[in-house]
Amino acid sequence: MTLPALDESAVKETVWAADPALLALEKELPDAVTAAKLDRGEMTLTIGREHLIAVAKLLQKNHYNFLEDVTGVDWYPSEPRFQVSYHILSHSLKRRLRLAVRLTSIDPTVETMTTVWPSANFYEREVFDLFGVNFAGHPNMRRIMLPDEWEGHPLRKDYPVEGYR
Amino acid sequence: MSDARTSSISDVLESAARHNHPLDPSADNTMVLNMGPQHPSTHGVLRMLLEIDGETVVSATPDIGYLHTGIEKTCEAKFYQQVVPMTDRIDYLSPMSNNLCYCLAVEKLLELEIPERAQYLRVVLNELTRIQSHLVWLGTHAMDIGALTVFLYCFREREKILRIFENVAGQRMMTSYFRIGGLALEPPRDFYAQVKEFLDQMPEKIAEYENLLTGNPIWMNRLKGVGTLSAEDAIALGVTGPPLRASGVDWDLRRDMPYSSYEKFEFEVPTSTVGDVWARYTIRMVEMYESVKIARQALEGIPEGRITADAPKIILPEREKMKTEMEALIHHFKIVTEGFAVPAGEVYQAIESPRGEMGYYVVSDGTAKPYRVHMRNPSFATLQAVETMCKGRLLADVVAVIGSIDIVLGEIDR
Repeated sequence: MTLPALDESAVKETVWAADPALLALEKELPDAVTAAKLDRGEMTLTIGREHLIAVAKLLQKNHYNFLEDVTGVDWYPSEPRFQVSYHILSHSLKRRLRLAVRLTSIDPTVETMTTVWPSANFYEREVFDLFGVNFAGHPNMRRIMLPDEWEGHPLRKDYPVEGYR
Repeated sequence: MSDARTSSISDVLESAARHNHPLDPSADNTMVLNMGPQHPSTHGVLRMLLEIDGETVVSATPDIGYLHTGIEKTCEAKFYQQVVPMTDRIDYLSPMSNNLCYCLAVEKLLELEIPERAQYLRVVLNELTRIQSHLVWLGTHAMDIGALTVFLYCFREREKILRIFENVAGQRMMTSYFRIGGLALEPPRDFYAQVKEFLDQMPEKIAEYENLLTGNPIWMNRLKGVGTLSAEDAIALGVTGPPLRASGVDWDLRRDMPYSSYEKFEFEVPTSTVGDVWARYTIRMVEMYESVKIARQALEGIPEGRITADAPKIILPEREKMKTEMEALIHHFKIVTEGFAVPAGEVYQAIESPRGEMGYYVVSDGTAKPYRVHMRNPSFATLQAVETMCKGRLLADVVAVIGSIDIVLGEIDR
């Protein structure tokens, strides 16, 4: 399989056509990327959740050395409901990539990124706290913002702005 | 390299109990010390659980969330333009940086062109924000170490910047001066003279602070060699901004991924390879000089023209036009009551805030309210590195380390 967006001529003219990480992905993990989108100058790769860590390790080897952010989006009521977005920056190439993983509401679990970038620790705890997404293998999967006994995950779309009454 | 394991509070307490068990001959008698949330040197409401062996720090566990107000959730219930005042309140020391980052993100979603005049004014105000934020950092950091005088000197100059902000935006701290598509108002006539006067004075004043601190033996002893962080650890732990540059990574978003016309200005990016508290101190001092340089270039180069983009359906019309033009009145009514729809998509916009990389991740579903707004705040990530910096050091160094990473709890907890 080739990356869908890379075939488009619009992408070919940009820096992304020669991006070492994307080329490596195409060569070494051809099944990992299910969709690639170039929108407003930003590249988003949608990854199957079982490939996430392999992809992250490959990116890290190919100049994408800095994990900027991990966060979630709740697409309730559509399925797969949760999106976990990873923003990965390359100091040498001076550009960033977004990895998106979609998770179902029945099993919102994805492997932790802390084994690749330890900085994912707090970010993942935040996503767990506010969205209820589990990160398998995380060293300390507990709430970070809210008290431990809090009920519900406030950033879910079915959680009302003013809380349950 | 740190294993980045931050144990939970109950873990720390449990292990401390084990370490002090009277019947266990192998117990090493460590002690858990609760620092904060109401500790003056935690710069807000940070709670640190310190496990100490005598005076030596064995582990440091930050406990955050005391200021959590759910800003990200509240944003989802507001129109895009109504989110701007909320961004001020995330980081009360750099409101303009937050304004700018959010506006840039939404402008990217809307694919709006911002006039150069507005971009230059944004740069001037952002650099002033950086100086005033660094002044608060320097004053409080020095006060933590015991040099009380510097605080008064710093706040003397900070007051001048806040006067400029008040003159421009009508507010000293929660400015909300930037708008999606430009700026709220044309700056007042005396703005240029006021900023110029300040920029002319500032380098002398920075030299004055340096004179108070740099050669001071107590200051040197408390800072040099303390809280060392290697470049690898800094990258692994998500550290950005001055602490990253102090660890030897030459990275500044203003230069490397320019936004809002930063590519047009000449400035140096200071770096150091030492990575200790002292290096962070010197780097922020040099940054203040550089900010003065950038602000001066931007101020002198402000072109004529509009301060808002040409987008009547997004930017509120001028007050006078509303009284004479039907269209302007309609646009005003529409924007205020219905907001404006933003094309669906997701963007991540990052800027170099005084504390490091600040990023706004905005997701739109095509309506007038953001589907999701997420803030990536520099202090939140940098806080993870505290344990690595403090481990094996003395208890008193924790205060120096926390001061040196310049945290603002408002942006950590959001």
